Amino acid sequence: MTASDFRRHLMSRVMTTLVVILSFTAVLALVLILGNLIAKGASSIDWAFFTKSPVPAGQSGGGVANAIVGTAIVVGVAALIGVPIGVGAGMYLAEYGSGRLGFLVRFIADVLNGTPSIVVGIVGWTFIVKPTGHFSALAGSVALAILMIPMLARTTEEMVRLVPNSLREAALALGYPRWRTSLRVVARTAMGGIVTGCLVGIARIAGETAPLLFTALGNLNFTVNASQPMQTLSLQIYVYATGPFEEWHRIAWASALVLMGLVLIISLAARWVTRARYGSIR
Amino acid sequence: MTSPPRWQSLLSRDRSDRIYRQVLTAFALALPLLIIVILGVLFVEAWPAVKRFGASFLVTSTWDPVREVYGAAPMIFGTLASSLLALVIAVPLALSVAIFLTEFAPRRLRQPVAFLVELLAAIPSVVYGMWGIFVLIPFLRSYVVPPLKAVFGWTPFLQGVFYGNSLLAGGVILAIMIVPYIAAVSREVLLAVPTSQREAALAMGATRWEAVRSAVLPYGRAGLIGAVILGLGRALGETMAVTMVIGNRHDISVSILQPAYTMAAAIANEFSEATTHLYQSALMEVGLILFVVTVAVNAIARLLIWRVAKGAAVGSRAL
Repeated sequence: MTASDFRRHLMSRVMTTLVVILSFTAVLALVLILGNLIAKGASSIDWAFFTKSPVPAGQSGGGVANAIVGTAIVVGVAALIGVPIGVGAGMYLAEYGSGRLGFLVRFIADVLNGTPSIVVGIVGWTFIVKPTGHFSALAGSVALAILMIPMLARTTEEMVRLVPNSLREAALALGYPRWRTSLRVVARTAMGGIVTGCLVGIARIAGETAPLLFTALGNLNFTVNASQPMQTLSLQIYVYATGPFEEWHRIAWASALVLMGLVLIISLAARWVTRARYGSIR
Repeated sequence: MTSPPRWQSLLSRDRSDRIYRQVLTAFALALPLLIIVILGVLFVEAWPAVKRFGASFLVTSTWDPVREVYGAAPMIFGTLASSLLALVIAVPLALSVAIFLTEFAPRRLRQPVAFLVELLAAIPSVVYGMWGIFVLIPFLRSYVVPPLKAVFGWTPFLQGVFYGNSLLAGGVILAIMIVPYIAAVSREVLLAVPTSQREAALAMGATRWEAVRSAVLPYGRAGLIGAVILGLGRALGETMAVTMVIGNRHDISVSILQPAYTMAAAIANEFSEATTHLYQSALMEVGLILFVVTVAVNAIARLLIWRVAKGAAVGSRAL
């Protein structure tokens, strides 16, 4: 082996090692964050944490029941608005999206996927908070729905495209009209994938804070009225983590652990749905 | 009983197909409509500030709600600086993950590592922010800033006392947040590189690293640049985590140890306190600039990525 060969192989070794080290650094960040969440949050989680509302600043005790219910309502309403539009747009892209409009919609969906969520909050504020004159959970839901739509459009399209064309041709050959083929055969076959896309979208908006800052606003009291300001876990974490009290920080860590757990469970459920249906696709 | 004539059933079928198509088209049109509505709202609401301050809004640094004078230069600077800092840290990490996952990792490791990195993208922004306040900043203060200052303390980038909330903290948090996006897209770009490229290089006697560097990376170059630009777009618009650690001060300082501000953070912090019409309008203009810039950045990124992976929703699972 010549000297230059030796140098080349050494270089290969060095770069490979470097790549491995840097990769594990990235994974390490995740381990650290999750580890900190559990270490600092787990001890504060008990039954009262889930069932009680917050107590005034300075006192200890209380829970985040209002924020947990609020998260469920705000995200639930957002999904009710966003899922039909997003999935519908995705079906269009998969079934009729080969033309110019399809290209445009696909491109806009990809571009909107990277839109700063705070800007979407402004839109929710302008259309609902400003005309009605008060903050409301509904405005937050609308903002979150807007964030969801482009995501769902793309994942739905991708999943529907996985359906083999032979299935569609078979249905058409049997005399099914196009729309029934699309709904009864194609969409039903891709249902697992579509549900996965929806769950991933819900998991993502469940953690959003910025669009809710001046729409849902936050609320110290327990409420289920969507026309009123409402607390969510994410807003609670923001206010409590940046607040001055040790007690608040403790609750913020615990809330973060609950929120992270929620997001993880939904994400894992999403994976499980696809795996059960598709076996080994991706 | 006779069934209706055949031509009738064909006609009604034709009509129902048309209705189905029209309904789906309506849903699809929601997306172009959305982008027009967002732009329209921001533009209309920002107009008073645009009219009042003109181009000086972009280059002056006074932000005074009492005197009603607004200049967004510090936020624009802070947004760019924190995002660039984040890219400098995140790109080597993310590309390493992508290269590791497609070229070097044993098969058994690929799925789990990819899953773990994707989990980074699932962590909510506000949780990153809190982790930044209570873990990252103390860590930077004790273990990162002192050695940095000892070696590079003479440069203008490390002047002043480090109190915690700073451009550095914002950049590092952003870096951790955009690694999964860049890594996920880069990985799919590298997966799209034909195996024959690698085999050809290896057959010519290249080492594994040389094959990556001379065959794989150049083939995917446009897509990789697209992935990095996509990460930039994320960093520019990221709000909560940055708001919580960057210090939120209307100042331009080249020292990364000093507090700074970003456009998204300004909107998050001040929007609900903006009492006067002009104050609100100024924040709307900040939002408008942010939206236009991120849309442009994302559009460029997408076009680059599409060139490599034709029209596929690359990285859509992580995004």
